[in-house]
Amino acid sequence: MSASPALDHIEAGPHGHHYTTTGLDSRKIAVWAFIGSECMLFASLISTYLIYKGRSVVGPFPHEPCSPPVCATALKPILNIPVTSASTFVLLMSSLAMVLALAAVENRNLPKYTLGDRILGSSKLWLWMTCILGATFLGFQSYEFTSFVHEGLSIRTNLFGSSFFTLTGFHGAHVTVGVIWLGTLLAIDYKRGLEPGDAINVDIAALYWHFVDVVWIAIFTLVYLIK
Amino acid sequence: MAHNDSAPRGGHGTQQDHGAAGGHAAAHDAHAHPTWKQYRWVALILTLITVVEVWIYYIPSFVATKLFVPSLLIMSAVKFAIVVLFYMHLKYDARLFRALFTGPLIIAVVTLISLLFLFGHLAVRLGS
Repeated sequence: MSASPALDHIEAGPHGHHYTTTGLDSRKIAVWAFIGSECMLFASLISTYLIYKGRSVVGPFPHEPCSPPVCATALKPILNIPVTSASTFVLLMSSLAMVLALAAVENRNLPKYTLGDRILGSSKLWLWMTCILGATFLGFQSYEFTSFVHEGLSIRTNLFGSSFFTLTGFHGAHVTVGVIWLGTLLAIDYKRGLEPGDAINVDIAALYWHFVDVVWIAIFTLVYLIK
Repeated sequence: MAHNDSAPRGGHGTQQDHGAAGGHAAAHDAHAHPTWKQYRWVALILTLITVVEVWIYYIPSFVATKLFVPSLLIMSAVKFAIVVLFYMHLKYDARLFRALFTGPLIIAVVTLISLLFLFGHLAVRLGS
């Protein structure tokens, strides 16, 4: 606490918010700065992928078939667009579930008149939905990685394999961290319930989750769709 | 749900939540969030753009044109902006957050484009 009562609310608000002299929550400033730094991390990984694109000497290749003598056997283009489109849809829907979870926590104390209000106001439901959709995305990614390895593409096969697995692997690791983070929020919700005062914690987790989503939006176009 | 659709999403940042004592600091953090309806519309638009992206991928005559890559990049940028503005609430949040995000993002994009020029993936043709 500050020596001056007038400054008390700047240091910690009634809900335990850590306000700075900007009037903004310091944790939210920190998470936006972190997201900014993550932008540069993923830009470097995407740059590496794009620089190496089309420079692999041996197959399999992402969009082109590979036939002998470049490959030992004839290989189809390795990227599976229908499966990745489905996983992209799943991640987009997880972002919708996440904003609904945040809104449910923020509006916990509002009266709920209808069944629809109770469904929309259930933070547990939307947190569960986000977790399940995030885990489903990871399942799609595991399936994709496994099928690639079975088709002869590993991180050591060629430049495409190295840059592809590094980029999508880093993204998958971020999704995994997000799912664990959401799991901790769910545990808190079951233990004591998430109140409007906890909304800042859910908001920070939501910002991270949406950032993971926007990174995938860029990866889906640059890696999977552009030939 | 009608009352919820029209209600602004004040949440943790509203002045009322903080009371008079915390009002000054909270006022800076105060922001209205989109309504349920807006969230649903955003999800629908994102899904539609994704469907169009995948659809044009399977049209060989369009893939062969010079419009294919720019159209995909534009659609991707629109999706990116929609998620950041509405789901991440940057449209409604403080300017400092916008600066913290767009500053590094601009650096990242400029670096990416510079590297593509440097390694010969992009080129500017000068003269005839």
